[in-house]
Amino acid sequence: MGYTITEKILRDHAVKKSFKPGDFIDAKIDFCLGNDITAPISIEEFRNAGAKKVFDKTRIALIPDHFIPAKDMRSANNSKILRDFAGEHDIKNFYEVGRMGVEHALLPELGLALPGNLIIGADSHTCTYGALGAFACGVGSTDLAAAFITGKVWLKVPETIKFIYYGKLKKWVSGKDIILHTIGDIGVDGAHYMAMEFSGETIKSLSMDDRFSICNMAIEAGAKNGIIEPDQTTISYVKNAIRKNKPKRKSFKLYKSDSNARYKEMREYDASKIEPQVSLPHLPSNTRPVNVLKGVSIDQVVIGSCTNGRIGDLETAAKILKGNKVRQGVRLIVIPATQSVYLEAVKRGFARVFVEAGGIFSTPSCGPCLGGHLGILAEGERCLATTNRNFMGRMGHPKSEVYLSSPAVAAASAIRGRIAHPKEVM
Amino acid sequence: MKYKGKAHRFGDNINTDDIIPARYLDSKDPLELAEHCMEYLDKNFVKKVKKGDIVVAGRNFGCGSSREHAPIAIKACGVSCVIAESFARIFYRNAINVGLPIVVLPEAAKYINNGNIVEVDTKKGIIRNVSKKKEYKSEIYPAFIESIVKKGGLMNYVRR
Repeated sequence: MGYTITEKILRDHAVKKSFKPGDFIDAKIDFCLGNDITAPISIEEFRNAGAKKVFDKTRIALIPDHFIPAKDMRSANNSKILRDFAGEHDIKNFYEVGRMGVEHALLPELGLALPGNLIIGADSHTCTYGALGAFACGVGSTDLAAAFITGKVWLKVPETIKFIYYGKLKKWVSGKDIILHTIGDIGVDGAHYMAMEFSGETIKSLSMDDRFSICNMAIEAGAKNGIIEPDQTTISYVKNAIRKNKPKRKSFKLYKSDSNARYKEMREYDASKIEPQVSLPHLPSNTRPVNVLKGVSIDQVVIGSCTNGRIGDLETAAKILKGNKVRQGVRLIVIPATQSVYLEAVKRGFARVFVEAGGIFSTPSCGPCLGGHLGILAEGERCLATTNRNFMGRMGHPKSEVYLSSPAVAAASAIRGRIAHPKEVM
Repeated sequence: MKYKGKAHRFGDNINTDDIIPARYLDSKDPLELAEHCMEYLDKNFVKKVKKGDIVVAGRNFGCGSSREHAPIAIKACGVSCVIAESFARIFYRNAINVGLPIVVLPEAAKYINNGNIVEVDTKKGIIRNVSKKKEYKSEIYPAFIESIVKKGGLMNYVRR
């Protein structure tokens, strides 16, 4: 009997080596992280427990990214709690304004999340790192506090659903469309407590940026983790990250699922039939092909977030916006996910395209994705965003609306002032 | 443990932004968070809820973000326990970790109406709808989770 990639990574990190799906295990973690919303509680719990020392200062990252640059005094104070704790424990992986990025874009870029790792983060989109062939899942603040002390986490071994995609994607269809289509198919609890393994020739043809978008949204189907077997694309990405940033841990391990691994379910998709997708309020699973929503007017477009704020995303948006103008009455907000994405977008002229089109180009932040700042919606307003959640009030007023899409659809829609297929403007 | 209170019914896929909108997450003060619990779904929820009352929901309760502020807010506004048909996994962990009792009851939405008086015995896995004079068998915590609950939460458990 074979094992899935998720089971193999868990087995190699588990204190007890023999287990089956559904069993509870204690597992050693390779890396953990928290942000300015979740880590202040972890730090308080750590102190309340009387702990004096973290298990390994090189395996912890603290990243204020949600309400930064500090939107008010309380947010400033939360970042300060992280800064003080990092100083106290000599945690070098503390990323402030000027060095920071949205956590799930930043850590892979810095080579801090590696293939074969077991990573937990006090943020639900920690599942993003599965795109590297790592086991990564979101936990709560107290779980993170316990990990700070023990270097371990308890986990229930998940069953796996294998998603197989074949066929060549249509032009303007991206990783984001694949994951929105899949969530639309299985629902927001369609992978409840399970691992989502994304595979097939279509996935193999995708860039890392597209793969990150896919694994990032596994949580939106209720999954524990999303994962993609590492291949040459993964290895080049990781080697490049290690060479550039020289992280302390440089070795990584490539896992693959056995051909006779047990799956809870296998689902196949002809990816050549997938159209650009849009999710309607108020669930990511309310997906429709873009063409049926062409009449829907919008007040704001947000391009960014841990889902779609990487350089490939900005490149696609810039390609569409170049030489075009954002429609009068629409606000376009582009937020690169990290400092290096920002710099690259400046170097390659994308920032100029966004500003000349009539949009703004912001410093990295989670910002409006969770209704924090940098583009909050008023009552009755509608936003098309490349973010990951369209829950009620997610980006502002409870009577505002968020629609989700890829960067290509978002850019085209900014030009039209309504939801638009990229081919309408190209 | 046993809990008894009035049921406050919610639907499927109640997410963490419904439970506590992200804009309040610059605070970690339980009482402050409690003031805004469920405000997008029911403005008067916090006023209506009495100490010991029970939240009853459908599938996938607590989906969305990893914010521990969500179970903290529910607990701090006086709710004694949450019954749902299923819980999103991070919310489940967080509830255990902050000491908010949660009970899985398939078809909870069918068995319990808004305003029903409900009795929960988490140890025996029995839920009594006092108003309807009906009794249901709920799932009980797996042994591993029970051992964390018994220790008084994860932080005590890891200090073992």
